[in-house]
Amino acid sequence: MTTSDDPDRRNVLKAGAVTLGAAAFARAVAPVTEWVDGLSVDGFLQKHYKELSKEEMNDILRRHEQKTADEYGREVQIQDVRPIPGVQFAYALNLSICIGCRKCAEACHQENNHDRRTNNSYIRVLEMTQGSLDLAHGNPNYDHPVPQPGKYYMPVQCHQCDNAPCVKVCPIEATWKEPDGIVVVDYDWCIGCRYCEAACPYHARRFNWTKPEIPADEINPDQAYLSNRIRPQGVMEKCTFCLHRTRKGRLPACLEACPTGARVFGNLADPDSEIRWVLENKRVFVLKEDAGTQPRFFYFFDV
Amino acid sequence: MSTLPDTESRRDTPAVEPTEYVTSYPEFLWRALKVATDGGPLFYVWMTVLTAVWLVGVNAFAHQLVQGQGATAMTDHVSWGMYIGNFTYAVGIAAGAVMMVIPAYLYKDRDMHDVVIVGEILAVAAVAVALSFVNVDIGRPDRLWHFLPYIGRFNWPVSMLTWDVIVLSGYFLINLHVVGYLLYTRFLGLRPNPRWYLPFVFLSIVWAVSIHTVTAFLYSGLGSRPFWNSAILAPRFIASAFVTGPAFIVLALQAIRRLTDFHVGDAPIRTLIGVLRVTAVLNLFMLFAEVFTELYTGGSHTAAATYLWFGLHGKHALVPWIWSALAMDVTAALLLLFSDPVKNLARIDVACLLTLFGIWIEKGLGLIVPGFVPSTLHEIVEYVPNQLEWKVSLGIWALGIMIYTLGLKVAIAVFTGRMHHERRS
Repeated sequence: MTTSDDPDRRNVLKAGAVTLGAAAFARAVAPVTEWVDGLSVDGFLQKHYKELSKEEMNDILRRHEQKTADEYGREVQIQDVRPIPGVQFAYALNLSICIGCRKCAEACHQENNHDRRTNNSYIRVLEMTQGSLDLAHGNPNYDHPVPQPGKYYMPVQCHQCDNAPCVKVCPIEATWKEPDGIVVVDYDWCIGCRYCEAACPYHARRFNWTKPEIPADEINPDQAYLSNRIRPQGVMEKCTFCLHRTRKGRLPACLEACPTGARVFGNLADPDSEIRWVLENKRVFVLKEDAGTQPRFFYFFDV
Repeated sequence: MSTLPDTESRRDTPAVEPTEYVTSYPEFLWRALKVATDGGPLFYVWMTVLTAVWLVGVNAFAHQLVQGQGATAMTDHVSWGMYIGNFTYAVGIAAGAVMMVIPAYLYKDRDMHDVVIVGEILAVAAVAVALSFVNVDIGRPDRLWHFLPYIGRFNWPVSMLTWDVIVLSGYFLINLHVVGYLLYTRFLGLRPNPRWYLPFVFLSIVWAVSIHTVTAFLYSGLGSRPFWNSAILAPRFIASAFVTGPAFIVLALQAIRRLTDFHVGDAPIRTLIGVLRVTAVLNLFMLFAEVFTELYTGGSHTAAATYLWFGLHGKHALVPWIWSALAMDVTAALLLLFSDPVKNLARIDVACLLTLFGIWIEKGLGLIVPGFVPSTLHEIVEYVPNQLEWKVSLGIWALGIMIYTLGLKVAIAVFTGRMHHERRS
């Protein structure tokens, strides 16, 4: 690499170029400092949900409560609510009486501390045309009084599949099926690759594209680690059958909000449960049965 | 110049004192650094422009990190876009580089063997680009360590994404080893010992096919996305990789011939053009077979293909893109078939450029976005990459071209003998 140039001059020029380049690089990455400030050493090193001891989980819950207080200005209680042994949750929805009022979607929005700016909810209600089960003829963006003649309404949320494509594709086991049948996400483990969102046949998963915004007085303070605590930016989230409620014997928020009684929730393992009665006596079907997902969410008709 | 593994070269590497490796390897790196930062005015202009574009990308990515992926045009409906499209395309370029390795080592084509390093360095640079695109796409790059086997939780063998991590990083390391070993031994003035690189070269051939196959399986394995859920997707990926890789190398070889003192004969370029004449047509044929099956069958499963080619319910953001891609691919194939590679090399160059852009659309946005449109609940939400995504993407490509330029610069200095170890005796 000999050139006619004076090597000293060349080295000085190179040093100058490197200095300039480094300065430009520092300017370019400057915004990152704000992102780094939002990270903590404890958060960075936190282990997977299934590997945490009781004490470690306790510390994490207190840390998240503190973070919510600092960032959102609200005192909340976050618990690690575990499944009840012997319980197998399932959901059924009566399409004959659903009127498409979207009260369920609204209740979900509030119960699960969804981002207010995007008006997010785990439930989408499709307005379907009588005579067709083809989703291509459904419309989730209707804006008129309901119910409309010639239409029926089909709310869709996570089907908590027994053969869940979303769980299969996750490269780091950040999402899994709990013993009571609920598919959950460890929001502190998910890397946000969104492979599960591509894999889900029911559009049931959501990504936190930005940091969720919720006014302090609208925050639901009754929270659980695996369900409705305010999610971090850049991770996946999904319906958890309101496990912070249902694992304590309460009903999901969407069911309580339904004005027509179209929703039936319960324990499949209990032969006397209403859900068992519906499955045994009604004309029941699952959505996209050919996908082989084996949902825990059923639709049925009265007549 | 040839390092072909004939009987003569199969003798063992001449003994070098171990202590000499200790001093000569840092010297190799230091000299490489010097070579990589020294050049004529054109080189400095080139590198300055690339650095500037890269820094614009770095800055855009920094903003994206702070604001979240919401700063992009992606949504819950179209949750992969520009980044994953470019990722897929870059994997194809990396796999396509094997079209130099196969003639050079499998068919013992001496002329190809003399310049095969150009393809091996391309593989390294292209995988670096592909991995960068994954890194800018994920929401939590701070948690990348969750991927590490034993330390994190690696969902292998169930998740196809874990396979992709393995094959891509493996391909990167294999090619890095082959390139590094060949350059270092040559720098020392030794004949490369086939035992230390030939097994890796043959492994890299199989591995090259695997990277694009597994990348195709990422998509084709999803039953929820009929547009991708097709057995022909992996063969289509391989076919287009064997177009883009050779097309890029044909252009690179000519640039090297004009700009450096590295000897590039006509024969390797002609061999690659021969490959292109087959693969460009094969790629179009497979595309046609897929489109026919989709559109002739009809029904709601073909809504995505209808959206891509003709638009659906008044939404047609991708229609001009895909028809441009088809026009470019067809023109390129015709130019390749009906141009003389010696007399009409310029026309071949145009064909290479056209097909590089055409397949960038067809195996980039044209492949990823229709997977999401319509959505699994048949909603039609369109996606067009925004300015930030363009900046980040161009920045990554600039970085890749920088890696490629510097790699070639060092390789050429070593191969022409300008950069060599001074034996102390």
